[in-house]
Amino acid sequence: MKAKIHVTLKNGVHDPQGQAIGHALESLGFDGVGDVRQGKYIEIDLVDSTEAAAQEKVAAMCRQLLANTVIENYIIEIDG
Amino acid sequence: MSAMTPAVFAEHGLSEAEYDKILDILGREPNLTELGVFSVMWSEHCSYKSSKKWLKKLPTEAPWVICGPGENAGVIDIGDGQAAVFKMESHNHPSYIEPYQGAATGVGGILRDVFTMGARPVANMNVLRFGDASHPKTRHLVAGVVSGIGGYGNCVGVPTLGGECAFHGSYDGNILVNAMTVGIADADKIFYSAATGAGNLVVYVGSKTGRDGIHGATMASAEFTENSDEKRPTVQVGDPFTEKLLIEACLELMATDVIVAIQDMGAAGLTSSSFEMASKGGVGVDLNLDQVPAREENMTAYEFLLSESQERMLMVLKPGEEDTARKIFEKWELDFSVVGRLTDTGRMVIREKGEVAADLPIDPLALASPEYDRPWVVAPPPADVCAADVPAPGPIFALLKNLMGSPDLCSKRWIWEQYDHLVMGDTVQRPGGDAAVVRVRDTQKALAITTDCTPRYCLADPVMGGKQAVAETWRNLTAVGAQPLAITDNLNFGNPERPEIMGQFVGAIEGIGAACTVLEVPVVSGNVSLYNETNGEAILPTPAIGAVGLLTDYTQAVGLAFPGDGLAVYLIGETQGHLGQSLYLREIAGREEGKAPPVDLDRERKIGDFVRDEIGRGVITSCHDISDGGLLVALAEMALAANIGITITAGGGSLSDHAWAFGEDQARYLVTAAGKHFVALAEVARVPVTCIGRTGGVALVWGDQTLTLDELRAAHEDWLPDYMAG
Amino acid sequence: MNSAVIVFPGTNRERDMVLALSAAGARPVEVWHRETRLPAVDLIVIPGGFSYGDYLRAGCMAGHSPIIREVKKQAEAGVHVLGVCNGFQVLTETGLLPGALLRNAHLKFICKDVHLKVENNGTPFLSGYESGAVMSVPVAHHDGNYFADEATLDALDGEGRVAVRYCGPDGTVTRYHNPNGSQRNIAGIYNKRGNILGMMPHPEDAIDKLLGGIGGKPLFDGLAGALGPTS
Repeated sequence: MKAKIHVTLKNGVHDPQGQAIGHALESLGFDGVGDVRQGKYIEIDLVDSTEAAAQEKVAAMCRQLLANTVIENYIIEIDG
Repeated sequence: MSAMTPAVFAEHGLSEAEYDKILDILGREPNLTELGVFSVMWSEHCSYKSSKKWLKKLPTEAPWVICGPGENAGVIDIGDGQAAVFKMESHNHPSYIEPYQGAATGVGGILRDVFTMGARPVANMNVLRFGDASHPKTRHLVAGVVSGIGGYGNCVGVPTLGGECAFHGSYDGNILVNAMTVGIADADKIFYSAATGAGNLVVYVGSKTGRDGIHGATMASAEFTENSDEKRPTVQVGDPFTEKLLIEACLELMATDVIVAIQDMGAAGLTSSSFEMASKGGVGVDLNLDQVPAREENMTAYEFLLSESQERMLMVLKPGEEDTARKIFEKWELDFSVVGRLTDTGRMVIREKGEVAADLPIDPLALASPEYDRPWVVAPPPADVCAADVPAPGPIFALLKNLMGSPDLCSKRWIWEQYDHLVMGDTVQRPGGDAAVVRVRDTQKALAITTDCTPRYCLADPVMGGKQAVAETWRNLTAVGAQPLAITDNLNFGNPERPEIMGQFVGAIEGIGAACTVLEVPVVSGNVSLYNETNGEAILPTPAIGAVGLLTDYTQAVGLAFPGDGLAVYLIGETQGHLGQSLYLREIAGREEGKAPPVDLDRERKIGDFVRDEIGRGVITSCHDISDGGLLVALAEMALAANIGITITAGGGSLSDHAWAFGEDQARYLVTAAGKHFVALAEVARVPVTCIGRTGGVALVWGDQTLTLDELRAAHEDWLPDYMAG
Repeated sequence: MNSAVIVFPGTNRERDMVLALSAAGARPVEVWHRETRLPAVDLIVIPGGFSYGDYLRAGCMAGHSPIIREVKKQAEAGVHVLGVCNGFQVLTETGLLPGALLRNAHLKFICKDVHLKVENNGTPFLSGYESGAVMSVPVAHHDGNYFADEATLDALDGEGRVAVRYCGPDGTVTRYHNPNGSQRNIAGIYNKRGNILGMMPHPEDAIDKLLGGIGGKPLFDGLAGALGPTS
């Protein structure tokens, strides 16, 4: 079983890295680039038996370590 | 049918003659793994085959030299039972292909060279050369290299104290990233790489091995083509966090008494480190690749031997001391594995999965590597440039402002503010001066460190350029009050198979050697980087010099900032108004012409010794050597550093104003001095001295010209940040 | 007085901190992160560096190491805790201090002298300064951009918990003098009780006239004066 986790900055938290990426895209000639937000992507191999158990465990991982919930949100996908 | 076709060994960078030599040594065809080992060991990068003959001519000895070239780094005595350990090394090609990781791993590699010898690294420096500012790749390369150097050095916690950065079109396709590290060790606890004692264990520590950088060493020994971007996968990735742990673990282990020999795995990895250790100690090695910690699965012997994964070391331990060492590395959470044993066979036997993957004699590979006497020619000297033929298109101060805001003379603050130059708490003089000064912890002593080279002089006259590079570093150290002790050289040139390039190399070595002899600064370590050219266009010859000097009392160091108002400013040395190859000629007149300024080493020595003595006696209270851009640029830098202006009362006499102001005559300093007898002191010492003005106010003033410090500072400080914001 | 300096893998300013504490007579000992017990001390310092490479987030993994549980316990018992740079990041990651430290707004590592205005000198940490004093000390960080939500910022301001703010040489607090984009120019904050201070700048690198000035020296002398002598 594999957990795929996206960690992104919460809305409202200034994201200068995202801004710089947007600026770079514009200067490369891509038009129509709106707001850019960047984050982290983490993959974890798990041996849990059920998807629900994995979901719960990974959510705890996110709260305790993988995301700083003061500034970050997380989204978890479990692939069976 | 044999797998060893000419295409295969050509792909490994070996010539047909070299392949024949392999057949002679082995008495059979090598297998692919063995061929890989030969190709790395005999690459220009590892074997110095084109340069060896000439490097032998450099002076390398002095009573204070503890260890000269040939080890991981040079070692000099700095008194009180302490030693300074240092070296400079290039990471040019990897930095061009992937600037962040290339520069970062360059810093990592040179740090390992220094702490491998038992020294705690205390300072990093770097010499950078980029292509023309208008070249489309330059901005991206500057940004990547600077953040890579900072990213690595800042994390390991070693201050990056300066260096130099300049731009020229000849580096468009071949940037230079030369990194230097200086460390401090106990003089009686220096660790060397010669492996001895058949039966002793060979231990691998640090990071795991992956498929990084396979054939990086051969990449660094081949000219670039337009397809070089395809070589990207061979770039290795640095991990400064692991390096920091490796520094602490190695230094902790070195405080015990269990290491026989130690060597870092630099370019060419496990191959070159084990061969070098065995060859120096006259032993054989039996290595078992199954014991090498691997990061990836199914790696072949070929890949294990040629991987350039970073942050790894090889060491030989005294019998029975395995546990002591293992405990320390486990504490620091680093891999530790016994990978082999020394033998008395003189052969390197590599085993994998119970089979012999390679079986090679050590000495023929390591010592009998090819040595070439490549043909060389001396380029005819350029015609001289006469000041009368050089225009002064505007008032001198307007020209000064242009020069101070030009790419090579502008403030490099944008760069060094991205480097932690304060960590360790011993930084006496920060970046931006003539030399960095770093206190030796728990003593009154300090080391002064500088790097320099003027490639345009080297192109015009390699011998004079070589002399000048050494003389300028010597002058930089002198200007802060330090006694210069020794240098490291990083010789960056084009393709040595072209006689005119080889001629530059030979000439530069001659000049460096002459300056080292007269100025008593032996070469204790160094590195050669050849093939810095793309499609037949070579870089300017760039023999970068890193120099280290000693201050017995750090409180006596002086800086370049005027120490106050109302002080006389003296020019020491002779001014001839030499405009050939000057920055003025290039930046203002758009001409890269003329002879390099002559370097008179005896005069250099006499004037420098006087300046240093008077700094030591507390007479000279601020000092700046005059180099790129000439007298007025140096004066402007002193004023900006202090935020104090100056009224200039002297002039060039029979020289035209622009020649006096911007000529790049050598062996000159600007100083302020305490007391009224400075001129008399200089005259007694037979050193030319002229009072050229008095400090005060908030502007430079010369006759009817005025340039405010604010206006000058804006020109000087804004160019680089504006360019990078591009 | 006695002090403990916590060392994580990747900490790199412990030597600077030990030097500054020793000079003030604070008798520092270094404590390795795997220890589960702290010696009896009056001050615990979490120094700067890149603990665990600052991988994942600056200060994150250190915030979960065994010794931090002990630091929390001691802090609750009233022992003073100073976190500088990476130490400040660790303290926010553990929740001992509110907010978070984001990547600098200009995205670059920055090492230079800054001026700090002393906003609240009513704790041992800043007792060596006059209220409103301006000190010159260096910063050296990549992630020093202080962030908290508006309610938290208002609480910090309202409760006098902003310890120091980035300012100009004359003490004026402007955007121009903000080196990293920190909200309200915040350079350092206290916890509610006032026994924990986290700050980004490095007072330990400003204790010698010839090595960058003495702007940070009153911090250490003040701590030694307020917390010592004991044993």
